[in-house]
Amino acid sequence: MVNKLREKFPGIIFEEDESKAILIPPDNILEACRFLKDTEGLEFDYLMNLAVVDWKDTLEMVYHLFSFTLRHKTTLKVRLDRQNPVLDSVSGIWRGADWFEREAYDMFGVKFNNHPDMRRILLSDEWVGYPLRKDYIDPELEVLPER
Amino acid sequence: MTTKLSLRAEGEAISPQIETEEFFVNMGPQHPATHGILRLLLKLDGEVLQEITPYIGYLHRNFEKICENRTYTQVIPYTDRLDYIGAMNNNLGYCIAVERLMGITIPERAEYIRVIMAELNRVASHLVWLGTFALDLGAWSVLLYCFREREEIMNLYEETCGARLTYSYMRIGGVSSDLPDGFVEKAKRFVNYCRPKIDDYEALLSKNAIFLERTKGIGILPKELAINYGVSGPLLRGSGVQWDLRKEEPYSIYERFKFDVPVGTNGDCWDRYKVRIEEMRQSLKVLEQALNDIPQGETLAKVPRVIRPPKGEVYFRSESPRGELGFYVVSDNSPKPYRIKVRAPSFSNLSCISEICNGWKVADIVAILGSIDIVLGELDR
Repeated sequence: MVNKLREKFPGIIFEEDESKAILIPPDNILEACRFLKDTEGLEFDYLMNLAVVDWKDTLEMVYHLFSFTLRHKTTLKVRLDRQNPVLDSVSGIWRGADWFEREAYDMFGVKFNNHPDMRRILLSDEWVGYPLRKDYIDPELEVLPER
Repeated sequence: MTTKLSLRAEGEAISPQIETEEFFVNMGPQHPATHGILRLLLKLDGEVLQEITPYIGYLHRNFEKICENRTYTQVIPYTDRLDYIGAMNNNLGYCIAVERLMGITIPERAEYIRVIMAELNRVASHLVWLGTFALDLGAWSVLLYCFREREEIMNLYEETCGARLTYSYMRIGGVSSDLPDGFVEKAKRFVNYCRPKIDDYEALLSKNAIFLERTKGIGILPKELAINYGVSGPLLRGSGVQWDLRKEEPYSIYERFKFDVPVGTNGDCWDRYKVRIEEMRQSLKVLEQALNDIPQGETLAKVPRVIRPPKGEVYFRSESPRGELGFYVVSDNSPKPYRIKVRAPSFSNLSCISEICNGWKVADIVAILGSIDIVLGELDR
Protein backbone atom coordinates (compact mmCIF):
# COMPACT_ATOMS: atom_id res chain seq x y z
CA MET A 1 0.00 0.00 0.00
CA VAL A 2 2.58 2.48 1.14
CA ASN A 3 4.83 1.57 -1.80
CA LYS A 4 2.07 2.33 -4.27
CA LEU A 5 1.61 5.74 -2.68
CA ARG A 6 5.36 6.37 -2.85
CA GLU A 7 5.42 5.43 -6.52
CA LYS A 8 2.52 7.72 -7.33
CA PHE A 9 3.75 10.72 -5.36
CA PRO A 10 7.55 10.59 -5.51
CA GLY A 11 8.09 13.99 -3.90
CA ILE A 12 6.15 13.18 -0.73
CA ILE A 13 7.42 11.24 2.23
CA PHE A 14 5.08 8.53 3.48
CA GLU A 15 6.02 6.74 6.66
CA GLU A 16 4.53 3.85 8.54
CA ASP A 17 4.09 3.96 12.28
CA GLU A 18 4.32 1.01 14.71
CA SER A 19 0.70 0.03 14.10
CA LYS A 20 1.29 -0.19 10.32
CA ALA A 21 -0.71 2.96 9.67
CA ILE A 22 0.39 5.21 6.83
CA LEU A 23 1.41 8.69 7.88
CA ILE A 24 0.33 11.30 5.38
CA PRO A 25 1.50 14.92 5.35
CA PRO A 26 -1.46 17.26 6.04
CA ASP A 27 -1.19 19.03 2.70
CA ASN A 28 -1.54 15.82 0.68
CA ILE A 29 -4.50 14.14 2.35
CA LEU A 30 -6.98 14.95 -0.39
CA GLU A 31 -4.93 13.65 -3.32
CA ALA A 32 -3.79 10.61 -1.36
CA CYS A 33 -7.38 9.71 -0.48
CA ARG A 34 -8.57 10.25 -4.01
CA PHE A 35 -5.77 8.01 -5.26
CA LEU A 36 -6.63 5.31 -2.71
CA LYS A 37 -10.26 5.38 -3.71
CA ASP A 38 -10.00 5.55 -7.49
CA THR A 39 -7.00 3.35 -8.27
CA GLU A 40 -7.61 -0.16 -9.45
CA GLY A 41 -6.22 -2.63 -6.96
CA LEU A 42 -6.82 -0.29 -4.01
CA GLU A 43 -10.44 0.84 -4.36
CA PHE A 44 -11.09 1.98 -0.79
CA ASP A 45 -14.75 2.83 -1.17
CA TYR A 46 -15.79 2.77 2.50
CA LEU A 47 -14.71 5.08 5.30
CA MET A 48 -15.28 2.95 8.39
CA ASN A 49 -14.30 5.47 10.98
CA LEU A 50 -12.64 8.80 11.45
CA ALA A 51 -11.16 9.47 14.86
CA VAL A 52 -8.99 12.18 16.35
CA VAL A 53 -6.50 11.56 19.13
CA ASP A 54 -5.02 14.39 21.16
CA TRP A 55 -1.38 13.55 21.87
CA LYS A 56 -0.88 16.82 23.77
CA ASP A 57 1.74 18.05 21.29
CA THR A 58 -0.14 17.15 18.10
CA LEU A 59 -3.62 16.22 17.02
CA GLU A 60 -3.69 12.97 15.10
CA MET A 61 -6.43 12.22 12.61
CA VAL A 62 -7.05 8.51 12.07
CA TYR A 63 -8.87 7.31 8.94
CA HIS A 64 -9.95 3.67 8.88
CA LEU A 65 -10.59 2.63 5.31
CA PHE A 66 -12.10 -0.50 3.87
CA SER A 67 -12.78 -1.76 0.37
CA PHE A 68 -15.98 -3.63 -0.36
CA THR A 69 -14.79 -4.77 -3.76
CA LEU A 70 -11.42 -6.13 -2.65
CA ARG A 71 -12.16 -6.72 1.05
CA HIS A 72 -9.02 -5.16 2.46
CA LYS A 73 -8.34 -2.45 5.01
CA THR A 74 -5.85 0.25 5.78
CA THR A 75 -5.35 3.04 8.27
CA LEU A 76 -4.19 6.56 7.46
CA LYS A 77 -2.90 9.05 9.97
CA VAL A 78 -2.37 12.75 9.68
CA ARG A 79 -0.56 14.75 12.33
CA LEU A 80 -1.78 18.29 12.74
CA ASP A 81 -0.53 21.38 14.47
CA ARG A 82 -2.44 21.66 17.73
CA GLN A 83 -2.60 25.46 17.69
CA ASN A 84 -4.11 25.78 14.25
CA PRO A 85 -5.43 22.45 13.00
CA VAL A 86 -6.62 22.85 9.41
CA LEU A 87 -7.09 20.07 6.89
CA ASP A 88 -8.77 19.46 3.56
CA SER A 89 -12.16 17.80 3.84
CA VAL A 90 -12.53 14.35 2.32
CA SER A 91 -16.34 14.56 2.32
CA GLY A 92 -16.20 14.96 -1.45
CA ILE A 93 -14.69 11.48 -1.69
CA TRP A 94 -16.68 9.69 1.01
CA ARG A 95 -19.92 11.47 1.83
CA GLY A 96 -19.98 9.72 5.19
CA ALA A 97 -16.98 11.83 6.21
CA ASP A 98 -19.28 14.87 6.38
CA TRP A 99 -20.62 14.14 9.87
CA PHE A 100 -17.39 12.59 11.11
CA GLU A 101 -15.55 15.79 10.24
CA ARG A 102 -18.18 17.91 11.90
CA GLU A 103 -17.71 15.82 15.01
CA ALA A 104 -13.93 16.27 14.81
CA TYR A 105 -14.51 20.03 14.62
CA ASP A 106 -16.97 19.92 17.49
CA MET A 107 -14.78 17.92 19.84
CA PHE A 108 -11.24 18.90 18.82
CA GLY A 109 -11.52 22.11 16.85
CA VAL A 110 -10.10 20.70 13.62
CA LYS A 111 -11.20 22.95 10.78
CA PHE A 112 -11.84 21.48 7.36
CA ASN A 113 -11.41 23.32 4.08
CA ASN A 114 -14.18 22.92 1.51
CA HIS A 115 -16.53 21.20 3.92
CA PRO A 116 -20.18 21.65 2.85
CA ASP A 117 -21.52 22.44 6.32
CA MET A 118 -18.85 23.27 8.89
CA ARG A 119 -20.89 23.60 12.08
CA ARG A 120 -20.87 21.93 15.46
CA ILE A 121 -22.88 18.72 15.41
CA LEU A 122 -23.40 17.34 18.91
CA LEU A 123 -22.92 20.46 21.00
CA SER A 124 -24.80 23.73 20.66
CA ASP A 125 -23.40 26.46 18.43
CA GLU A 126 -22.70 28.69 21.45
CA TRP A 127 -20.41 26.16 23.13
CA VAL A 128 -16.95 27.45 23.99
CA GLY A 129 -13.95 25.15 23.72
CA TYR A 130 -13.34 21.65 22.42
CA PRO A 131 -14.24 19.09 25.10
CA LEU A 132 -12.24 16.07 23.96
CA ARG A 133 -8.95 17.91 24.02
CA LYS A 134 -6.87 16.76 26.94
CA ASP A 135 -6.47 20.24 28.41
CA TYR A 136 -10.17 21.12 28.30
CA ILE A 137 -11.60 22.14 31.65
CA ASP A 138 -15.33 21.90 32.10
CA PRO A 139 -16.44 25.23 33.62
CA GLU A 140 -19.19 23.51 35.60
CA LEU A 141 -17.03 20.69 36.95
CA GLU A 142 -16.35 20.67 40.67
CA VAL A 143 -13.05 19.03 41.41
CA LEU A 144 -13.09 17.19 44.73
CA PRO A 145 -9.93 17.40 46.84
CA GLU A 146 -7.62 14.39 46.69
CA ARG A 147 -8.13 11.99 49.55
CA MET B 1 -65.31 7.73 -7.86
CA THR B 2 -63.48 10.43 -5.98
CA THR B 3 -65.01 13.41 -4.28
CA LYS B 4 -63.49 16.70 -5.18
CA LEU B 5 -63.09 18.99 -2.21
CA SER B 6 -61.89 22.01 -4.11
CA LEU B 7 -64.38 24.67 -5.06
CA ARG B 8 -62.47 25.36 -8.20
CA ALA B 9 -63.57 23.86 -11.45
CA GLU B 10 -61.43 21.06 -12.75
CA GLY B 11 -58.37 22.24 -14.62
CA GLU B 12 -58.63 25.79 -13.39
CA ALA B 13 -55.31 27.22 -12.32
CA ILE B 14 -54.71 28.75 -8.90
CA SER B 15 -55.48 32.41 -9.20
CA PRO B 16 -52.37 34.56 -9.47
CA GLN B 17 -53.43 36.58 -6.40
CA ILE B 18 -52.83 33.61 -4.07
CA GLU B 19 -49.20 33.49 -3.12
CA THR B 20 -47.56 30.12 -2.66
CA GLU B 21 -44.29 29.66 -0.86
CA GLU B 22 -42.12 27.00 0.66
CA PHE B 23 -42.23 26.76 4.42
CA PHE B 24 -40.35 25.14 7.27
CA VAL B 25 -41.69 22.65 9.75
CA ASN B 26 -39.93 21.37 12.83
CA MET B 27 -40.33 17.64 13.30
CA GLY B 28 -39.21 17.05 16.85
CA PRO B 29 -37.26 17.38 19.13
CA GLN B 30 -40.22 15.73 20.82
CA HIS B 31 -42.05 13.70 18.26
CA PRO B 32 -43.30 10.13 18.58
CA ALA B 33 -41.87 9.08 15.22
CA THR B 34 -38.32 10.15 16.01
CA HIS B 35 -37.98 7.51 18.75
CA GLY B 36 -35.98 9.71 21.01
CA ILE B 37 -34.95 13.31 20.88
CA LEU B 38 -34.12 14.21 17.33
CA ARG B 39 -35.01 17.38 15.50
CA LEU B 40 -35.60 17.34 11.77
CA LEU B 41 -36.07 20.62 10.02
CA LEU B 42 -38.25 20.06 6.99
CA LYS B 43 -38.48 22.46 4.10
CA LEU B 44 -41.79 21.76 2.47
CA ASP B 45 -43.51 22.68 -0.71
CA GLY B 46 -47.09 21.87 0.17
CA GLU B 47 -46.77 18.34 1.46
CA VAL B 48 -43.68 17.48 -0.55
CA LEU B 49 -40.29 17.57 1.09
CA GLN B 50 -37.68 19.81 -0.49
CA GLU B 51 -34.91 19.57 2.03
CA ILE B 52 -34.31 17.92 5.37
CA THR B 53 -31.75 18.96 7.97
CA PRO B 54 -31.24 16.75 11.00
CA TYR B 55 -30.14 18.35 14.27
CA ILE B 56 -28.70 15.85 16.67
CA GLY B 57 -26.98 15.96 20.04
CA TYR B 58 -29.92 16.37 22.42
CA LEU B 59 -28.85 13.24 24.29
CA HIS B 60 -25.16 13.98 24.22
CA ARG B 61 -23.24 13.00 27.36
CA ASN B 62 -19.75 12.81 25.89
CA PHE B 63 -19.26 9.15 26.55
CA GLU B 64 -15.78 9.36 25.08
CA LYS B 65 -14.62 11.94 27.62
CA ILE B 66 -16.17 10.04 30.51
CA CYS B 67 -14.25 6.91 29.48
CA GLU B 68 -10.94 8.70 29.70
CA ASN B 69 -11.52 9.09 33.44
CA ARG B 70 -12.66 5.52 34.11
CA THR B 71 -10.79 2.24 34.28
CA TYR B 72 -11.28 -0.27 31.48
CA THR B 73 -13.78 -2.29 33.50
CA GLN B 74 -15.69 0.78 34.62
CA VAL B 75 -16.39 1.67 30.99
CA ILE B 76 -18.62 -1.39 30.48
CA PRO B 77 -21.79 0.06 32.12
CA TYR B 78 -21.43 3.17 29.97
CA THR B 79 -21.45 1.10 26.78
CA ASP B 80 -24.90 -0.16 27.80
CA ARG B 81 -26.17 3.36 27.55
CA LEU B 82 -25.08 3.88 23.98
CA ASP B 83 -27.44 1.60 22.12
CA TYR B 84 -29.81 0.77 24.94
CA ILE B 85 -31.99 -1.46 22.77
CA GLY B 86 -29.03 -3.67 21.89
CA ALA B 87 -26.90 -3.27 25.02
CA MET B 88 -25.46 -6.80 24.98
CA ASN B 89 -23.95 -6.21 21.57
CA ASN B 90 -22.30 -3.04 22.84
CA ASN B 91 -20.83 -4.89 25.82
CA LEU B 92 -19.56 -7.51 23.42
CA GLY B 93 -18.00 -5.05 20.99
CA TYR B 94 -16.17 -3.17 23.71
CA CYS B 95 -14.95 -6.26 25.55
CA ILE B 96 -13.60 -7.90 22.40
CA ALA B 97 -11.82 -4.67 21.43
CA VAL B 98 -9.98 -4.57 24.77
CA GLU B 99 -9.29 -8.31 24.64
CA ARG B 100 -7.72 -7.95 21.21
CA LEU B 101 -5.56 -5.15 22.55
CA MET B 102 -4.39 -7.37 25.41
CA GLY B 103 -4.29 -10.65 23.51
CA ILE B 104 -6.63 -12.51 25.87
CA THR B 105 -8.34 -15.72 24.80
CA ILE B 106 -11.52 -16.40 26.65
CA PRO B 107 -12.98 -19.76 27.77
CA GLU B 108 -15.12 -21.79 25.37
CA ARG B 109 -18.25 -21.62 27.50
CA ALA B 110 -18.00 -17.85 27.81
CA GLU B 111 -17.81 -17.53 24.03
CA TYR B 112 -21.00 -19.54 23.67
CA ILE B 113 -22.77 -17.52 26.36
CA ARG B 114 -21.74 -14.33 24.59
CA VAL B 115 -23.13 -15.49 21.26
CA ILE B 116 -26.38 -16.60 22.88
CA MET B 117 -26.77 -13.25 24.61
CA ALA B 118 -25.89 -11.24 21.53
CA GLU B 119 -28.33 -13.13 19.33
CA LEU B 120 -31.17 -12.96 21.86
CA ASN B 121 -30.48 -9.25 21.96
CA ARG B 122 -30.61 -8.99 18.19
CA VAL B 123 -34.05 -10.62 18.17
CA ALA B 124 -35.23 -8.32 20.97
CA SER B 125 -33.91 -5.27 19.17
CA HIS B 126 -35.55 -6.19 15.88
CA LEU B 127 -38.80 -6.88 17.73
CA VAL B 128 -38.76 -3.37 19.15
CA TRP B 129 -38.00 -2.04 15.70
CA LEU B 130 -40.77 -4.02 14.05
CA GLY B 131 -43.34 -3.01 16.64
CA THR B 132 -42.55 0.68 16.52
CA PHE B 133 -42.18 0.74 12.76
CA ALA B 134 -45.62 -0.81 12.33
CA LEU B 135 -46.96 1.61 14.92
CA ASP B 136 -45.55 4.55 12.97
CA LEU B 137 -47.48 3.33 9.96
CA GLY B 138 -50.66 2.94 11.98
CA ALA B 139 -50.70 -0.77 12.86
CA TRP B 140 -51.18 -0.98 16.62
CA SER B 141 -51.49 -4.68 17.19
CA VAL B 142 -48.03 -5.65 15.95
CA LEU B 143 -46.42 -3.59 18.70
CA LEU B 144 -48.32 -5.46 21.39
CA TYR B 145 -47.37 -8.85 19.95
CA CYS B 146 -43.72 -7.88 19.53
CA PHE B 147 -43.45 -6.66 23.09
CA ARG B 148 -45.04 -9.88 24.31
CA GLU B 149 -42.21 -11.89 22.79
CA ARG B 150 -39.58 -9.40 23.85
CA GLU B 151 -40.80 -9.77 27.41
CA GLU B 152 -39.69 -13.41 27.34
CA ILE B 153 -36.18 -12.36 26.36
CA MET B 154 -36.14 -9.69 29.05
CA ASN B 155 -37.11 -12.35 31.60
CA LEU B 156 -34.26 -14.56 30.47
CA TYR B 157 -31.86 -11.65 30.86
CA GLU B 158 -33.24 -10.71 34.24
CA GLU B 159 -32.63 -14.23 35.50
CA THR B 160 -29.08 -14.15 34.19
CA CYS B 161 -27.79 -10.77 35.27
CA GLY B 162 -30.57 -9.02 37.15
CA ALA B 163 -31.13 -6.27 34.61
CA ARG B 164 -33.70 -5.97 31.87
CA LEU B 165 -32.21 -3.20 29.78
CA THR B 166 -28.70 -2.15 30.81
CA TYR B 167 -27.04 -5.48 31.42
CA SER B 168 -23.31 -4.89 31.95
CA TYR B 169 -23.16 -8.68 31.83
CA MET B 170 -19.95 -9.10 29.91
CA ARG B 171 -16.50 -8.62 31.36
CA ILE B 172 -13.10 -8.27 29.81
CA GLY B 173 -12.15 -11.93 29.63
CA GLY B 174 -15.61 -13.49 29.65
CA VAL B 175 -18.94 -12.91 31.36
CA SER B 176 -19.70 -11.82 34.92
CA SER B 177 -21.43 -15.02 36.05
CA ASP B 178 -22.45 -18.39 34.71
CA LEU B 179 -25.94 -19.00 33.35
CA PRO B 180 -28.59 -19.74 35.98
CA ASP B 181 -29.95 -23.29 36.34
CA GLY B 182 -32.38 -24.24 33.62
CA PHE B 183 -31.46 -21.31 31.38
CA VAL B 184 -30.57 -23.46 28.37
CA GLU B 185 -33.91 -25.30 28.49
CA LYS B 186 -35.84 -22.07 28.89
CA ALA B 187 -33.97 -20.46 26.01
CA LYS B 188 -34.60 -23.49 23.79
CA ARG B 189 -38.27 -23.29 24.66
CA PHE B 190 -38.21 -19.62 23.73
CA VAL B 191 -36.61 -20.34 20.33
CA ASN B 192 -39.34 -22.85 19.52
CA TYR B 193 -41.99 -20.47 20.80
CA CYS B 194 -40.71 -17.47 18.88
CA ARG B 195 -40.23 -19.05 15.46
CA PRO B 196 -43.94 -19.38 14.53
CA LYS B 197 -44.57 -15.92 15.98
CA ILE B 198 -42.41 -14.35 13.31
CA ASP B 199 -44.67 -15.95 10.71
CA ASP B 200 -47.58 -14.37 12.55
CA TYR B 201 -46.10 -10.89 12.21
CA GLU B 202 -45.59 -11.51 8.55
CA ALA B 203 -49.19 -12.62 8.25
CA LEU B 204 -50.24 -9.32 9.81
CA LEU B 205 -48.02 -7.11 7.69
CA SER B 206 -46.59 -8.69 4.56
CA LYS B 207 -49.91 -8.92 2.75
CA ASN B 208 -51.46 -5.86 4.33
CA ALA B 209 -52.39 -3.49 1.52
CA ILE B 210 -51.78 -0.35 3.59
CA PHE B 211 -48.41 -1.58 4.79
CA LEU B 212 -47.34 -2.51 1.26
CA GLU B 213 -48.46 0.85 -0.06
CA ARG B 214 -46.52 2.68 2.64
CA THR B 215 -43.26 0.77 2.26
CA LYS B 216 -42.79 -0.51 -1.29
CA GLY B 217 -40.70 1.80 -3.41
CA ILE B 218 -40.43 4.36 -0.59
CA GLY B 219 -37.08 5.87 0.39
CA ILE B 220 -34.85 4.08 -2.06
CA LEU B 221 -31.19 4.00 -1.07
CA PRO B 222 -28.99 2.86 -3.96
CA LYS B 223 -26.08 0.54 -3.24
CA GLU B 224 -23.24 2.91 -4.24
CA LEU B 225 -24.71 5.76 -2.24
CA ALA B 226 -25.09 3.53 0.80
CA ILE B 227 -21.42 2.51 0.68
CA ASN B 228 -20.31 6.08 0.06
CA TYR B 229 -22.19 7.26 3.14
CA GLY B 230 -20.74 4.56 5.35
CA VAL B 231 -24.14 2.96 5.89
CA SER B 232 -24.11 -0.50 7.47
CA GLY B 233 -26.28 -3.24 8.90
CA PRO B 234 -29.80 -4.07 7.69
CA LEU B 235 -29.92 -0.77 5.84
CA LEU B 236 -26.91 -1.74 3.71
CA ARG B 237 -28.17 -5.29 3.21
CA GLY B 238 -31.56 -3.90 2.21
CA SER B 239 -29.76 -2.04 -0.57
CA GLY B 240 -28.41 -5.32 -1.88
CA VAL B 241 -24.93 -5.57 -0.41
CA GLN B 242 -24.20 -9.05 0.89
CA TRP B 243 -22.30 -8.00 3.97
CA ASP B 244 -22.48 -9.22 7.53
CA LEU B 245 -19.47 -8.90 9.82
CA ARG B 246 -20.45 -12.09 11.62
CA LYS B 247 -19.91 -13.87 8.34
CA GLU B 248 -17.16 -11.85 6.64
CA GLU B 249 -14.94 -11.07 9.61
CA PRO B 250 -16.07 -13.62 12.19
CA TYR B 251 -15.37 -12.57 15.76
CA SER B 252 -16.03 -14.58 18.89
CA ILE B 253 -17.07 -18.02 17.56
CA TYR B 254 -19.46 -17.00 14.78
CA GLU B 255 -17.56 -19.02 12.18
CA ARG B 256 -18.94 -22.20 13.79
CA PHE B 257 -22.59 -21.48 13.08
CA LYS B 258 -24.58 -21.93 9.94
CA PHE B 259 -26.81 -19.02 9.02
CA ASP B 260 -27.73 -17.02 5.95
CA VAL B 261 -27.34 -13.32 5.31
CA PRO B 262 -30.57 -11.95 3.84
CA VAL B 263 -30.28 -9.15 1.28
CA GLY B 264 -32.78 -6.94 -0.47
CA THR B 265 -32.82 -5.81 -4.07
CA ASN B 266 -34.35 -2.32 -4.30
CA GLY B 267 -33.16 -0.68 -1.10
CA ASP B 268 -36.61 0.61 -0.15
CA CYS B 269 -38.40 0.46 3.20
CA TRP B 270 -39.95 -2.85 2.26
CA ASP B 271 -36.56 -4.49 1.68
CA ARG B 272 -35.30 -3.27 5.03
CA TYR B 273 -38.39 -4.74 6.66
CA LYS B 274 -37.89 -8.07 4.92
CA VAL B 275 -34.19 -8.17 5.82
CA ARG B 276 -34.89 -7.61 9.51
CA ILE B 277 -37.67 -10.19 9.60
CA GLU B 278 -35.37 -12.74 8.01
CA GLU B 279 -32.53 -11.79 10.34
CA MET B 280 -34.67 -12.68 13.31
CA ARG B 281 -35.19 -16.15 11.86
CA GLN B 282 -31.45 -16.51 11.23
CA SER B 283 -30.68 -15.37 14.78
CA LEU B 284 -33.00 -18.05 16.11
CA LYS B 285 -31.12 -20.55 13.95
CA VAL B 286 -27.79 -19.47 15.47
CA LEU B 287 -29.34 -19.60 18.93
CA GLU B 288 -30.54 -23.13 18.39
CA GLN B 289 -27.08 -24.32 17.36
CA ALA B 290 -25.34 -22.48 20.20
CA LEU B 291 -27.77 -23.79 22.80
CA ASN B 292 -27.24 -27.36 21.59
CA ASP B 293 -23.45 -27.17 21.56
CA ILE B 294 -22.73 -25.14 24.69
CA PRO B 295 -20.00 -26.89 26.71
CA GLN B 296 -19.38 -26.89 30.45
CA GLY B 297 -16.46 -25.02 31.93
CA GLU B 298 -15.11 -21.70 33.08
CA THR B 299 -16.85 -18.44 32.19
CA LEU B 300 -14.08 -15.96 32.92
CA ALA B 301 -10.47 -16.05 31.77
CA LYS B 302 -7.67 -15.31 34.19
CA VAL B 303 -7.18 -11.60 33.70
CA PRO B 304 -5.17 -9.27 35.90
CA ARG B 305 -7.14 -7.44 38.57
CA VAL B 306 -6.12 -4.10 37.12
CA ILE B 307 -6.51 -4.12 33.38
CA ARG B 308 -3.58 -2.38 31.80
CA PRO B 309 -3.34 -3.13 28.07
CA PRO B 310 0.05 -2.65 26.42
CA LYS B 311 0.74 0.58 24.55
CA GLY B 312 -1.07 0.44 21.24
CA GLU B 313 -4.38 0.82 19.49
CA VAL B 314 -7.11 -1.32 18.01
CA TYR B 315 -10.11 -0.76 15.80
CA PHE B 316 -12.59 -3.54 16.26
CA ARG B 317 -15.94 -3.67 14.52
CA SER B 318 -18.80 -5.99 15.23
CA GLU B 319 -22.27 -6.47 13.81
CA SER B 320 -24.71 -4.86 16.20
CA PRO B 321 -28.46 -5.02 15.40
CA ARG B 322 -28.11 -1.64 13.72
CA GLY B 323 -24.91 -2.23 11.80
CA GLU B 324 -21.20 -1.82 12.13
CA LEU B 325 -20.38 -0.93 15.70
CA GLY B 326 -16.72 0.05 15.92
CA PHE B 327 -14.58 0.68 18.97
CA TYR B 328 -11.29 2.47 18.42
CA VAL B 329 -9.34 2.07 21.65
CA VAL B 330 -5.97 3.71 22.23
CA SER B 331 -3.96 2.60 25.25
CA ASP B 332 -0.91 4.25 26.83
CA ASN B 333 -0.37 1.34 29.23
CA SER B 334 -2.17 3.06 32.08
CA PRO B 335 -5.26 1.63 33.84
CA LYS B 336 -7.46 4.12 31.99
CA PRO B 337 -8.04 4.23 28.25
CA TYR B 338 -6.22 7.10 26.57
CA ARG B 339 -8.93 7.49 23.99
CA ILE B 340 -12.05 5.59 22.98
CA LYS B 341 -13.88 6.48 19.82
CA VAL B 342 -17.18 4.83 19.11
CA ARG B 343 -18.23 4.42 15.53
CA ALA B 344 -21.97 4.24 16.07
CA PRO B 345 -23.96 2.62 13.25
CA SER B 346 -26.95 4.94 13.77
CA PHE B 347 -24.71 7.97 13.29
CA SER B 348 -23.56 6.96 9.83
CA ASN B 349 -26.94 5.51 8.88
CA LEU B 350 -28.80 8.71 9.69
CA SER B 351 -26.34 10.88 7.78
CA CYS B 352 -27.79 9.67 4.48
CA ILE B 353 -31.34 10.79 5.34
CA SER B 354 -31.15 14.06 3.43
CA GLU B 355 -30.29 12.06 0.35
CA ILE B 356 -33.17 9.58 0.43
CA CYS B 357 -36.03 11.73 1.75
CA ASN B 358 -36.21 14.49 -0.84
CA GLY B 359 -39.31 14.49 -2.96
CA TRP B 360 -41.35 12.32 -0.60
CA LYS B 361 -44.39 13.40 1.38
CA VAL B 362 -44.28 14.14 5.11
CA ALA B 363 -45.97 10.86 5.98
CA ASP B 364 -43.27 8.99 4.07
CA ILE B 365 -40.55 10.68 6.13
CA VAL B 366 -41.99 8.86 9.13
CA ALA B 367 -41.73 5.56 7.28
CA ILE B 368 -38.20 6.22 6.03
CA LEU B 369 -36.95 7.36 9.42
CA GLY B 370 -38.56 4.33 11.02
CA SER B 371 -36.93 1.98 8.53
CA ILE B 372 -33.46 3.39 9.30
CA ASP B 373 -33.89 2.25 12.92
CA ILE B 374 -31.90 4.82 14.87
CA VAL B 375 -31.20 4.75 18.59
CA LEU B 376 -30.47 8.22 19.86
CA GLY B 377 -28.33 6.98 22.72
CA GLU B 378 -25.59 5.87 20.40
CA LEU B 379 -26.22 8.57 17.83
CA ASP B 380 -25.53 11.34 20.33
CA ARG B 381 -23.27 9.36 22.64
